[in-house]
Amino acid sequence: MAGLELLSDQGYRVDGRRAGELRKIQARMGVFAQADGSAYIEQGNTKALAVVYGPHEASVGRVSIRGSRSRALPDRALVNCQYSSATFSTGERKRRPHGDRKSCEMGLQLRQTFEAAILTQLHPRSQIDIYVQVLQADGGTYAACVNAATLAVLDAGIPMQDFVCACSAGFVDGTALADLSHVEEAAGGPQLALALLPASGQIALLEMDARLHEDHLECVLEAAAQAARDVHALLDRVVRQHVREASILLGD
Amino acid sequence: MKETPLSNCERRFLLRAIEEKKRLDGRQTYDYRNIKISFGTDYGCCIVELGKTRVLGQVSCELVAPKLNRATEGILFFNLELSQMAAPAFEPGRQSDLLVKLNRLLERCLRNSKCIDTESLCVVAGEKVWQIRVDLHLLNHDGNIIDAASIAAIVALCHFRRPDVSVQGEEVTLYTPEERDPVALSIHHMPICVSFAFFQQGTYLLVDPNEREERVMDGLLVIAMNKHREICTIQSSGGIMLLKDQVLRCSKIAGVKVAEITELIQKALENDQKVRKEGGRFGFAESIANQRITAFKMEKASIDTSDIEEKAEEIIAEAEPPSEVVSQPVLWTSGTAQIGEGVENSWGDLEDSDKDEDEGGSDEAVILDTVKMDTRAEVSDIGSQDEPIVLSDSEEEEMIILEPDKNPKKIRMQNTSAKEKAPSKKPAKKRKKKRATN
Repeated sequence: MAGLELLSDQGYRVDGRRAGELRKIQARMGVFAQADGSAYIEQGNTKALAVVYGPHEASVGRVSIRGSRSRALPDRALVNCQYSSATFSTGERKRRPHGDRKSCEMGLQLRQTFEAAILTQLHPRSQIDIYVQVLQADGGTYAACVNAATLAVLDAGIPMQDFVCACSAGFVDGTALADLSHVEEAAGGPQLALALLPASGQIALLEMDARLHEDHLECVLEAAAQAARDVHALLDRVVRQHVREASILLGD
Repeated sequence: MKETPLSNCERRFLLRAIEEKKRLDGRQTYDYRNIKISFGTDYGCCIVELGKTRVLGQVSCELVAPKLNRATEGILFFNLELSQMAAPAFEPGRQSDLLVKLNRLLERCLRNSKCIDTESLCVVAGEKVWQIRVDLHLLNHDGNIIDAASIAAIVALCHFRRPDVSVQGEEVTLYTPEERDPVALSIHHMPICVSFAFFQQGTYLLVDPNEREERVMDGLLVIAMNKHREICTIQSSGGIMLLKDQVLRCSKIAGVKVAEITELIQKALENDQKVRKEGGRFGFAESIANQRITAFKMEKASIDTSDIEEKAEEIIAEAEPPSEVVSQPVLWTSGTAQIGEGVENSWGDLEDSDKDEDEGGSDEAVILDTVKMDTRAEVSDIGSQDEPIVLSDSEEEEMIILEPDKNPKKIRMQNTSAKEKAPSKKPAKKRKKKRATN
């Protein structure tokens, strides 16, 4: 896409944001009544929905999709994540909403992220299911999924070490950009997706694509970490707001 | 077949060894195993051996219609298969998680980094482009599949030659290899994956884990770089929590390793090129002809046995018959007592080969503490040599024989298990250091 300036001379991006600025994030917890926990998040135009069931009894001996056996672990809970992106979520209609390699990989990555963050030792021999659905994909889908899933897990009351906040970052013209949109991702520059536990600064998942010189790695990592911390401040506010509303409804 | 579970003792042993910065095959923490690259008779076929992990890569090409939204670019297709011969645990339908992960990582590493110029694969815009297909098969699994696979993929791509094509107006002529020499693909750079395994919540880190180490690791960080120090892919997997400076440190190490591996690849490609040009024999049959087909072939370890006969004769000649041992506790200080005496280790002469054995043994000594005491007592009766043997090792200078006049037999050197509360060992403070800190 030659000719499309991702970062103008004055430092503005295609959608008018500054280099380190996040898109507008709106989130809501408890959107579904039946699920143990649910959340909906909008990061700019990226919309993701997450639903959590659990902890419940682990299915014994049943073979689920993709051949992974759901089996109870004797000392901790099993975390099962499924990622699905709607056929209408991208510009061109997708043929398979789930079951293809990319969705499978996303599911595995989400699982890895949350297995590290959820205190699974408190629920041995049980299973926690996290289902994430992407309704509209405009860049940063992994980050939106992780953020939505964090809120859903908190809504379900499952204890976690800390919030898991994720954000994407890129690198254009010597500057690190935070929270990439689809246009910026499609341009082919380096993209980094980072999931962070803000209090300790530990990285739960780190993923990077496309060529980036080693010297620039640090500033991109820093930009992504700062963005994730900003997301954390926001999610924290959302959770507190939700709890306040719920306690008002319950008559304190 | 279900994977054989790793026993707790083995797990503990491996973790303990890693804590002491030792690896089972004697490598250092940042060392790679031996990489061997061999080429087949056809262009684009290669086998990469990373230690015992073996990956076969084959590149093929075909003229197809391009994708609709990318009318001027060729198509790249990667496929890694975990062959059932690689490990007993690999069965069709059982490997999907690992397979998806490896395939996605390879795809991202090679496709998104644009190592191949896809525009050059276009023949007629919008109608005919080359589809390059890279098939990788894992033949033997001994850890670190991703590194071996990425090396195999890039080597196969560098080695491959596609048929020459010429376009005259509307006419496209495809030349056979006899008519015109096949043309190499245009490769911008060579991304190579380097794997880092983390242990004990990120405290210890190893490069190029082998299969055993992979079983006990907490998580894996894969960094793909090229020799210009550009990072092509980073992927962290497993349940580890990383810190930013760990990632930065790993990227620096990766840079060094990738430079070495790239050099190796270049040399291998040049050698093969030379052999083909000179009309020599090439192909897989050539590269394995020298080795007999043996199931497990260990590399020879060099031991100096030049003067073993004299030493053995000396020992036997000067040996005294084993004397009676009176087991009576001797109280040295309050809290330290000794029952019986140890006898000189009868394997003390073969320093080189037994150094490794002792390293492994020192861990087991902690676990099988009391049992060893009994077996040693038996060995001492059978052993024929009781003479204090002066070993010429410089490390032995610190050795002090306590009460030489009272005990003609040298007190046996104890392992780290001397720290245990077993009262029967002398407080051999200085001697035990020799074994443990080798």
